[in-house]
Amino acid sequence: MTNSRKLFSRFFGEGYSKWIFLLPSLILLAFFALPIIALAYRSIAPDFFENALSQQSFQALKLSLVTSSITTLIAVALGTPLAYLLARWKFRFKAWLELILDLPIVLPPSVAGLALLIAFGRRGLFGAFLNDIGISIPFTTTAVIMAQMFVAAPLYVRSARIGFAHIDKQLEESAYVEGANQWQLFYEVMIPIAIRALASGAILTWTRALGEFGATILFAGNLEGVTQTMPIAIYIGFERNLGVAMALSVVLILVSVILLLITKQLDKEEE
Amino acid sequence: MKRLISLTLLLSIFLTACGASSAPTPASAAEAPTLAPTEAPPTATPEPEPQTLTVFAAASLTDAFIEIGAAFDAANPGVTTTFNFGGSQTLRTQIEEGAPVDVFASANAKEMDTLVTDNFVTADIAQVFLTNKLVVILPADNPAALEKLEDLANPGIKLVLAAEEVPVGKYSRQAFDLMDASFGTGFKDKVLANVVSNEDNVKQVVAKVQLGEADAGIVYTSDAIAAPDLKTIEIPADLNVIAKYPIAPLVNSENTELAAQFIEYVLSAEGQSVLAKWGFAPIK
Repeated sequence: MTNSRKLFSRFFGEGYSKWIFLLPSLILLAFFALPIIALAYRSIAPDFFENALSQQSFQALKLSLVTSSITTLIAVALGTPLAYLLARWKFRFKAWLELILDLPIVLPPSVAGLALLIAFGRRGLFGAFLNDIGISIPFTTTAVIMAQMFVAAPLYVRSARIGFAHIDKQLEESAYVEGANQWQLFYEVMIPIAIRALASGAILTWTRALGEFGATILFAGNLEGVTQTMPIAIYIGFERNLGVAMALSVVLILVSVILLLITKQLDKEEE
Repeated sequence: MKRLISLTLLLSIFLTACGASSAPTPASAAEAPTLAPTEAPPTATPEPEPQTLTVFAAASLTDAFIEIGAAFDAANPGVTTTFNFGGSQTLRTQIEEGAPVDVFASANAKEMDTLVTDNFVTADIAQVFLTNKLVVILPADNPAALEKLEDLANPGIKLVLAAEEVPVGKYSRQAFDLMDASFGTGFKDKVLANVVSNEDNVKQVVAKVQLGEADAGIVYTSDAIAAPDLKTIEIPADLNVIAKYPIAPLVNSENTELAAQFIEYVLSAEGQSVLAKWGFAPIK
């Protein structure tokens, strides 16, 4: 390794070697930054606020914020115990459980939407039963939340699991010595220590839920005020009025940036 | 480290055994056996100049145009016709944003006219090549027990339409206006209150009804023919809206000759008979 490095610097000199890192980095960064800049640049028009504040975009933003918040709350409520269990318990088939949880992260959302429809649609495996007792999920706001849960909640579980796993085993033992029970250990020791990992996981889930599109349009459809979230309004708006689509996109980018800045801050405090 | 090396070796041997054409990236140059570069397979003798024709076509044309495209390719050796099917409004936006397209077939005049106004299509060059009309589709088992057109106003049924931005969605709402006048005012409002989703293109409407998620949907006759498992309710001519589909070459096309040939083929007896087979009303 050292030999080849010497050989390399003899040919190119130390000054050039920096560019080996800088050039690819700059290309990749430009690739990410340019579309965002182009979008912001083209959306600056006299009718920007009219577009961004229209009835349709307001309804879509409200629906997106409400559904993604509910998704995040459910993910935290159900995901925290699951993450804890995955991080601290030893049991068989754990690797398989983790695989099931990772699958939604890598699956295309269209697959998620189709799977949800086949499972919970009116003719679905479980949907048929639900339909018999008078519950119909597709085309409802519940469907929007379920689609978001499916693709976004695993991000929270993953982050929380890593947070819990990093906690020193000895701490757990000394808590037991002090006479703490399972719940006290979890609630009074583990949660406070892992809180930043939990918070940043929750925000990741929130941003992902906010941006969910593919599963939602397949499973929940598109109806203003009921299932038309921001990303769907952008997609439909793109066809009617590019101005509306761009204004909505900029609003969504701003919301996402704010959420990501909060995550960054949390990560920094951790260090 | 030792395990890593043996793993690398094992992997290399495996890849060599498989006759992989590309050398694996060795973890360390010294350890990985070098692979002899494999010979490139002999290339086939060149056929007539390969050409690609890109056609953007309304989603309702999917089945018919795939068949027409295959026939056109077979009749013109070396030509490959590729399609992008979608809502006409989506395709129009994509063209305006610079998608490289040779031919555009729209489900309404509006999108074509917009392209003419914006100089993507030469004025007066677009030709109507078929007409299409609307029909109500129901799942095979008809869960909402719909018998006639008036039943679309039954409270609580799940109706799926194409969005108003999509040509067929626009036509559906125009048909409701006609029905409103015929069945009594308030009909349109009652029907629109039953809409559970405004889908992005006509094929999505078909899919939602096929899955049984919706009790009814409104699509083109041609879509109903492409989905024979569905039940239909006909819409009488005086309440129906006739869609006229225009087709045109794009100004920026790099295959103008081929584009003209394709359009000619669509308008020919063969092309029109394929369209008729898929439920469209041919022009000739």
